Amino acid sequence: MTATDFDVESIRKDFPILSQKVYGKPLIYFDNAATSQKPQAVIDSLVKYYSEYNANIHRGVHYLSQKASIAYDDVRTKVQRFVNAETDKEIVFVRGTTEGINLVASSYGRKNIAAGDEVLISAMEHHSNIVPWQLLCEEKGAILKIIPMNDKGEIIFEEFEKLLNARTKFISIVYISNSLGTINPVKKIIAKAHEYGIPVLVDAAQAVAHLQVDVQDLDCDFMAFSSHKMLGPTGTGVLYGKMKLLEDMPPYQGGGDMIRSVSFEKTTYNDVPFKFEAGTPNVADVIAFGAAIDYLSNLNHATIESYEKELLNYVTEQLSEIKELKIIGTAKDKAGVVSFILEGINAMDAGMYLDTLGIAVRTGQHCTEPAMDFFKIPGTIRASFLFYNTKDEIDALVEGVKKAIKLLK
Amino acid sequence: MNQAIKDIEQEIIDDFKLFDEWAEKYEYVIELGRKLPIMDDTLKTDSNKIKGCQSSVWMTTKFTDGRIYFEADSDSTFVKGLIALLMKVMNGQKPEDIVAAPLDFINQTGLTTHIAQTRSNGLMAMIKQMKLYALGYQMKAETH
Ligand SMILES: Cc1ncc(COP(=O)(O)O)c(C=O)c1O
Repeated sequence: MTATDFDVESIRKDFPILSQKVYGKPLIYFDNAATSQKPQAVIDSLVKYYSEYNANIHRGVHYLSQKASIAYDDVRTKVQRFVNAETDKEIVFVRGTTEGINLVASSYGRKNIAAGDEVLISAMEHHSNIVPWQLLCEEKGAILKIIPMNDKGEIIFEEFEKLLNARTKFISIVYISNSLGTINPVKKIIAKAHEYGIPVLVDAAQAVAHLQVDVQDLDCDFMAFSSHKMLGPTGTGVLYGKMKLLEDMPPYQGGGDMIRSVSFEKTTYNDVPFKFEAGTPNVADVIAFGAAIDYLSNLNHATIESYEKELLNYVTEQLSEIKELKIIGTAKDKAGVVSFILEGINAMDAGMYLDTLGIAVRTGQHCTEPAMDFFKIPGTIRASFLFYNTKDEIDALVEGVKKAIKLLK
Repeated sequence: MNQAIKDIEQEIIDDFKLFDEWAEKYEYVIELGRKLPIMDDTLKTDSNKIKGCQSSVWMTTKFTDGRIYFEADSDSTFVKGLIALLMKVMNGQKPEDIVAAPLDFINQTGLTTHIAQTRSNGLMAMIKQMKLYALGYQMKAETH
């Protein structure tokens, strides 16, 4: 099957929200980098859980609890297969990417990073992959170093290599930039880091919806991602960690489920991954997340990737013809995102105009303020795509942008 | 509340009632923004900049014959439109009337539901700044 055979109309029928009208116009949803829409199967899964087998898990002796526990635990295996982890024990359920990164910074970081040590992140990180490391560095007297990028929004690999030294203790890097669309060469970065014995966390929040992610092939030490950006519900996500590292790490939060035995003198902890899952987990959303993974797994990944590439090339070509428009982030390897500014026009004004047409985009800094500072701009207009978007929708966007320029210039 | 302020607010609310669609409201605000008198660049200083707005907003005032006249500008045409609405209500009013006015008429135009939180925070910051100016003039007048 080639990208042109890809039946996007039939795919769109799986997503009820996409047939909605806003302000009497067909919704055109180009804010997928913020959150993706959900297929009916995911919505049904939530409803089914709450109507048929809602129960607390891992604790009950009764039928419902057993059923819910099994469904919940199954998702761990689904995630394991989805990212090709060695075992499902390496899959920790968290609230999302943000919590995954915070968990590593708090637990691994507090234990292993000391005064004078260096932590590396890139110039295009999301705030959630900046602030946890700043908090850690502040607490420990460690130093946060930034891997620079070029004008296209690509990491400068030689500069990255120069930053590596005996004090470098951790690297945390984004796989696909949410504001620029850059796909970073994380495999190459990880290989280089491992020459120095430095562990690497990959922020895969944007990557999981677009690329086939393989943690063993990448050889990353940690990876964090969110369910809601890959067709699943909000409120859950994954921290993947290599078994050896997770076992060495102290718990992140204390509570039920994460313990083996509690007395007032001494508490012993449960095994990985439960050690990191204190309290009643987000059972419903994890189960529905499983339905999202099933949905994604049933798609032909190669077809999706080439269709999305086609969309991205098309929108890039179309927008490039507008002379008042400048694309921000022109890396050779890109996925899912086109960010741009309009000469002399406030980005939010343009975004609001597109909204009047029923086109959903995002404007501003996209939680990557340092990257915006690098380009010396206050923010961009960002259209972000998923396989359910169409060329017709892109045509509407391009027309909308042209009208916005006429109106606002 | 001062009747003049109340009347102008009601006029604006009635104007917006003429529009059924968000698109029409948007274009109306943009049109107001385009018509807002241009502020001299020398007045666009850091000290005239309002904190708390995502877009840049500058504001100054003149005080003549006991009445306040605001002048303001922004890099956003939509924000300029909001400024124009605020000025319609507040320019030429007495400080004490501005201080006392609730100035929540924009809620009743139906615009608020379409304004992102960062921008509505900015709107609140503008209103607050206008009230602070008014309070300043009021206190000055009382101590004289
Ligand atoms: C690259 C990247 N990292 C991290 C995050 C944070 O994800 P979440 O808010 O789901 O925790 C996002 C979400 O916008 C993102 O795009």
